[in-house]
Amino acid sequence: MIQEKTNNKNPGSADSSKPVISIKGLYKSFGKDNDVLKGIDLTVQKGENLVVLGKSGSGKSVAIKCLVGLVTADKGEIKVFDTDISTLDYSGLNAVRIRIGFLFQNAALYDSMSVRQNLEFPLKRHSKKLSSQEVDDKVTEALVNVGLEEAIDKMPSELSGGMRKRIGLARTLILKPEIILYDEPTTGLDTITSREISELILAIQKKNKTSSVIITHDMACAKLTGDRLVIVKDGVIDAEGSYDELEKSDDAWVRSFFV
Amino acid sequence: MVVYLKNIFNDAGNVTLFTARFFKEVLRPPYEIKEFIRQCYIIGYKSLPLVAITGFIMGLVLTLQSRPTLVEFGAESWLPGMVALSLIREIAPVITALICAGKISSGIGAELGSMKVTEQIDAMEVSGINPYKYLVVTRILATTLMIPLLVVFADGVGILGGYIGMNIHSDVTLFRYLSRILDSLEFLDIVPATIKTFFFGFFIGMTGCYKGYTAANGTESVGKAATSAVVVASLTIFIIDMLAVQLTDLFF
Ligand SMILES: Nc1ncnc2c1ncn2[C@@H]1O[C@H](COP(=O)(O)OP(=O)(O)OP(=O)(O)O)[C@@H](O)[C@H]1O
Ligand SMILES: [Mg+2]
Repeated sequence: MIQEKTNNKNPGSADSSKPVISIKGLYKSFGKDNDVLKGIDLTVQKGENLVVLGKSGSGKSVAIKCLVGLVTADKGEIKVFDTDISTLDYSGLNAVRIRIGFLFQNAALYDSMSVRQNLEFPLKRHSKKLSSQEVDDKVTEALVNVGLEEAIDKMPSELSGGMRKRIGLARTLILKPEIILYDEPTTGLDTITSREISELILAIQKKNKTSSVIITHDMACAKLTGDRLVIVKDGVIDAEGSYDELEKSDDAWVRSFFV
Repeated sequence: MVVYLKNIFNDAGNVTLFTARFFKEVLRPPYEIKEFIRQCYIIGYKSLPLVAITGFIMGLVLTLQSRPTLVEFGAESWLPGMVALSLIREIAPVITALICAGKISSGIGAELGSMKVTEQIDAMEVSGINPYKYLVVTRILATTLMIPLLVVFADGVGILGGYIGMNIHSDVTLFRYLSRILDSLEFLDIVPATIKTFFFGFFIGMTGCYKGYTAANGTESVGKAATSAVVVASLTIFIIDMLAVQLTDLFF
């Protein structure tokens, strides 16, 4: 019931001067001596694609999981659509989550469901008014977007890694989220498909005016999709700027990402 | 030692919270009816052959084993009643529950465990779907409802097995066999035995779900979730059974 309410209108977020995501002083550690995030500050403006770079294990995935409340931060303020998510109860949090798309690093497809059911699952729950024809149309459209309409009746176990990733992307996009968090959208894909996915990310940004956080190791993807780039190092944001700025940075470590 | 104790209390606390959440969410809409029915089919219908075979053998063997003793006392006519009583009061519920602990608890533990490890549960969570409700509540409800039905089914098949066991040595008509059973059965034999099967079912589902849902990251924890679900569920069944017998003794 909550879902339908929030799907139709979006209080607060229409204001373009305010960032849609704002993180201040985010700390997170696992156990005693694994401090992963040590004070991340980050904002994403409406309609902006923010690319997050950083070495493997630097805590990029943990940071975006904090954003949707999958991981609870130890310290710090996380505001999404101008609401502090730590103040929300479960249904309030879910109302925010519906407006955010999350592409998992390993796609996280539901193994017991076919591709079609994977896509229908969020759709049927959050847009109850849709006729089955409309659901079908949306599923097909989402699959055409990622170029996999022939896989509709396959099970996830029958798909290759790259195909799973693309189905995961289709599932993320099907609810037309206002914010999309991409965790390595092009990893494990060939160069051609990677470029197609990057172009798709760009097209979605233009068409739906979405704001996105894109974690990637793929510099071609970063160059194409990123309006602004940040680099995570030792649990903090170490560098920030456009692709061209960072490429010409004085810091040799920052430049090393671009070779 | 202190760490060990701390872990036990920690675990106990978590289990309590997990169980409390079930009672909180089971009544709150939206209800996942389709998934519940699917789980009933998987848990109930798909276990029928296994339960039938064990039920039949239990009845048959129990008859064959008890017969010599009763014959010695010249009390062979008590055989059907005795077999039916043992089956209904104790053997069918416990054996069926144990079999289901092996099949269903471990199945649920492995399924939810692998969903946890591959972030499928997180994926549900971030798409605004309550995974506890969709995955856990439906499964626990299904086991709570299906285990008692499976036990009744095992009772029936066991009694049939007993009839065949009787006829190996003597010649009794099915009608006579059944009327002897009905004569010796009382209402109080059936009710407490049935009530405890609901608890068996609840804990079979609960242990599987808890172990799977709280599995740590990494594929090895899937196997751990499955095996420890079986162990804990089996132990719990024995404990509940003991408590149930004591309580019945006390009240009836
Ligand atoms: N649930 C968890 N429990 C314990 N430690 C965790 C957990 N999740 C992440 N970590 C730790 O946090 C650190 C950062 O992990 P994270 O997955 O965010 O890295 P990443 O930057 O996304 O790397 P990659 O580029 O390889 O995906 C790792 O050291 C990992 O061990
Ligand atoms: Mg990662």
